[in-house]
Amino acid sequence: MAEKITVGHVHMSGCTGCLVSLADNAEGLLTILDKYADLVYGLTLADVRHIPKMDVALVEGSVCIQDKISVQEIRETREKAAVVVAVGGCACYGNITRFGRGGVQNQPQHESYLPIGDLIKVDVYIPGCAPCPQLIRNVCVMAYLLLKGNKEQQELAKKYLAPLMQLAERGTEACGCDLMYDVVNQGLCIGCGSCAAACPVRAITHEYGKPNVNREMCIKCGACYAQCPRSFFNFDVITEFEGITELIAGALK
Amino acid sequence: MGTELGKYKLCVSARSTDKDILKKAQDGGIVTQLFKYALEEGIIDGAIVAGPSDEPWRPRPFIATSVEELMATPGTRYNISPQVSWIKEATRSFGLDRIGIVGTPCQMQAVRKGQLYPVGLRDVDDKIALAIGIFCMENFPYQSIKQLVEDHAGMKLESVKKIDIGKGKFWVYGARGQVVQLPLKVTHKYEQPGCHVCLDYVANLADVSTGSVGSPDGWSTVFVRTRKGDDIWSKAIAAGCFETKPIEQVKPGLELVSKLANEKITKNQKTVEERARFGVNKALRNPYIKP
Repeated sequence: MAEKITVGHVHMSGCTGCLVSLADNAEGLLTILDKYADLVYGLTLADVRHIPKMDVALVEGSVCIQDKISVQEIRETREKAAVVVAVGGCACYGNITRFGRGGVQNQPQHESYLPIGDLIKVDVYIPGCAPCPQLIRNVCVMAYLLLKGNKEQQELAKKYLAPLMQLAERGTEACGCDLMYDVVNQGLCIGCGSCAAACPVRAITHEYGKPNVNREMCIKCGACYAQCPRSFFNFDVITEFEGITELIAGALK
Repeated sequence: MGTELGKYKLCVSARSTDKDILKKAQDGGIVTQLFKYALEEGIIDGAIVAGPSDEPWRPRPFIATSVEELMATPGTRYNISPQVSWIKEATRSFGLDRIGIVGTPCQMQAVRKGQLYPVGLRDVDDKIALAIGIFCMENFPYQSIKQLVEDHAGMKLESVKKIDIGKGKFWVYGARGQVVQLPLKVTHKYEQPGCHVCLDYVANLADVSTGSVGSPDGWSTVFVRTRKGDDIWSKAIAAGCFETKPIEQVKPGLELVSKLANEKITKNQKTVEERARFGVNKALRNPYIKP
């Protein structure tokens, strides 16, 4: 067994749902912590006060720019972590915190929440609210293979992570409208229904085979667009679904 | 090209041995029969199929959890049913642990992407027990089918018994026995635009894929692709669910499947390339490059 990678969970303004999602991998999480990753930082899970040096930072939540400590911690995260992963809609896109306008006791002046990508460079996105435990798991396994695997495994990890890195490059705004702007308006929609299945608030229905987004309900988590087979579809990875599924299952045995 | 048919372990021409299924089937009744067997054997505990809706010939995804429900849904509708929209709900409201799903090649792509990149599909990835893909040249919006049948073929949708695309024609069969055929050059412009960048004809990512092309009338061509698919297919064969013939011994055979697959892929690859220079130094988005 090669040495483990070091991972931290950095908690910004989020509901801890992303952390719960990570934990929902149950025995899978124990295997990951046992074989592949040492948890070196995590408010609720590791007794460490200051952000240490680490290979991978899993950041949950957006940054309240009126909260000095949060701003300082996200900057520090970028300095200390080789790879920064935005876990969940808030870290990627602001998600529900996009609607925050302050006025809440006991810090009513805390009114501006930004996705972490507006303050630091982010390497990988895991959108969604909550992000899916299995996607967090897959990214953890691939991050391990990227940093500690043999050449072939590194190649696979690079290919697997590429679209999630491209999502991070794409920007910090997401909305159900993306389905219109970047799929339907681009003549790419095939009416498969992935977006509706992925939406955590059931804001998407299909009218005559095309998505219809109830924008009042949309929380801006980015799941619909990322799930759409016409946002990205990397043949070199997805065609190998059988082998990769087995590889991940094998890694977690 | 050589990759146009995807990976497969086995290819045969087949039809169901169940007379009731064959009577209602589009071709060889492969999808209905295989789901029926899988339901009866507990290999799946429900299947997302294209069921009836409140409008004639407009499908909607329907979760069949019994053979009776399944038997109410055979045949091809040639317009969009967002099959994948129910995939998470199937594991929740319906409590399914082993899901069957039938869909077009792009829907199989969506299912596999959903398994490898489950962004919003919590606890779904290991519950896809049998994904059956159907060959697909293109699909139509419901309104296109309405226009083709009612305006071009001059028939009421309510009175249509069967719609079929085959032998280079769009066929509409009426309940009174009348048959209208439209040349495909009439139907092309009504196709769903998203289909024109699709690079998969025979559902390369399904566990088992099937379609009429390559086999004689009343039979279907079947590709068995994955280990899961192979396991279920061989059990179904052992149980006598299907009559099969080696694909090499039927007309028109695999050559035609390859020919049509290559035609589709070449044409759509060209569309993808044209999209790159669609405007003046402005490209349309290419999902195969990046999101």
